[in-house]
Amino acid sequence: MSMTRIPAGYLPLTDAAPLIAAQEMGFVAEERLTLDLHRAPSWSSLRDMLAFGKVDAAQMLAPVPVAAALGLGGASAPFSVLSVLSVNGTVIVVSNSLSRKMAEAGHRFSFDDAVTAGKALIAAAGPDLRIGVPFPFSMHTELLTYWLRGLGPETPRGINILTVPPPRMAEAIKRGEIDAFCVGEPWGSIAVEQGSGTLLLPGRAIWSFAPEKVLAVRSGWAETEPGLSGRLIRALWRAGRWLADPASRGLAAEILSSRRYLDLPAEIIERTLSGKFTVSAQGLQRDAPDFIEFHNGAAGFPWRSQAQWIALQLAERNGLDRQAALETAGSVFRSDLYRAALRGTGAKLPGASSKLEGANTASLQAAGESETVSLLQNRFFDGRVFDPLAAD
Amino acid sequence: MIVDGLRGAGNFDIQVISEPSGLARQIQVRDPDVVLIDIANPSRDVLEELTLASGPKERPVAMFTDRSGAGLSAAAVEAGVSAYVVDGLQPARLKPVLDAAIARFRLFQRMRTELAEAKRALEERKVIDRAKGMVMKARGIGEDEAYALLRKAAMDQNKRVAEVAQALVTAAGLLA
Repeated sequence: MSMTRIPAGYLPLTDAAPLIAAQEMGFVAEERLTLDLHRAPSWSSLRDMLAFGKVDAAQMLAPVPVAAALGLGGASAPFSVLSVLSVNGTVIVVSNSLSRKMAEAGHRFSFDDAVTAGKALIAAAGPDLRIGVPFPFSMHTELLTYWLRGLGPETPRGINILTVPPPRMAEAIKRGEIDAFCVGEPWGSIAVEQGSGTLLLPGRAIWSFAPEKVLAVRSGWAETEPGLSGRLIRALWRAGRWLADPASRGLAAEILSSRRYLDLPAEIIERTLSGKFTVSAQGLQRDAPDFIEFHNGAAGFPWRSQAQWIALQLAERNGLDRQAALETAGSVFRSDLYRAALRGTGAKLPGASSKLEGANTASLQAAGESETVSLLQNRFFDGRVFDPLAAD
Repeated sequence: MIVDGLRGAGNFDIQVISEPSGLARQIQVRDPDVVLIDIANPSRDVLEELTLASGPKERPVAMFTDRSGAGLSAAAVEAGVSAYVVDGLQPARLKPVLDAAIARFRLFQRMRTELAEAKRALEERKVIDRAKGMVMKARGIGEDEAYALLRKAAMDQNKRVAEVAQALVTAAGLLA
């Protein structure tokens, strides 16, 4: 039985788990594949590695392929998204001086209420607030912008969103270069461990079903290698299902923590998977159920409406034509390839490829291709609903 | 070395930023024509943001090495150098800079590999000597004979002499 090798890239984050588990737990081997996993130092490097063919598949921030399709950002090739690797999984961290001020003003760090936390943050920060994100095109940037704008008239104008690489976040906040940051775990918990910050919110408090990382390939590769694309989609779907099983958490955290991959303590990585967080250096504990989702609620399905929500935010900030952006983005998330790969495997596939984003206040059953599919809560903190058909 | 290479290639004003904190501010203060960064540096994403920042003067826009020649950007990615150029610099002026940087970077990488290789060889030599000494002592034989025994064991097991020697040294450590 001959194995086909696929070079694939990732960044050291808990949500690299699907690619790493697919390789380590043999899910790619079931599809006669081997992943040559390359740990990339930065998102721009990983994007270029994919664009220039040094890797054929990559873990990618969901907005990067959309931005590339809209002509935003540096050197790039057209990318296609084969599946969503993870939903949610980020945290917002505030500096020690901000958390002290917020606590003095009565904020309780409940780690679940975006409105209360946002107002407390703005009140404590005053007119200037510098917030770090890992990359300009990221769900972190989109969630922060959506949240701070949505808080109403008290949102200060002087908000400055700066790029800081995740491994540098803790140091940057300690040195006072930034007042807060939004980052993928475990980098928020690392800052807590180092005593340089306090967890304020999980990203899902802003949007409870935000596509965080995707599996991206060059569009040309997806066209010429439909067989390989399908095998990759299936292997990652199985890896996601394995990761979603609570019994897998301990082992998954161990594998990720190894020197080859994240090279960080397994105990801290496991917080992401269990949703049990230590939010402050003083040891305050908070539960964040469904902190990250790899499988349930059709988490892997690349909804066109997710790409379109991202495209609309990017279009508004960069002054692009909204309708053109919506049309371009819709074809970046390849729900057609995802369906073709998983049909007949027992995976439950939704009947539609686009949905109202933000319309599920609770889990619900939706029509599927062959049987009903359960979808998870999908809600924006301000209750707004994004309808891709009415968004022009 | 990159700095030396660039000095040799022409008259450039070169400043090295070794401190990642406040990188964006440092670059804005110095206002360079070109920023060269090792692609393995996570702070590269900070430069990415700078290229997107709006506002006329503080806009080190532009480009990846793309427009200054076919294949150059791929070569730069391979070599681990990426370039960001401030508005207004002619691609023609950039190319020799990059060529020099890339050539230097490759040389540097080769030297790094050679050094690692030399270290490994030295390490193996030491282990083989220790194993040889142990065999000599245990069997009361001479150095050449001890080495011949190690070599034969390696050949029989289809392994390298260094591996057999390492196994022996490790085992002896456990028994001691």
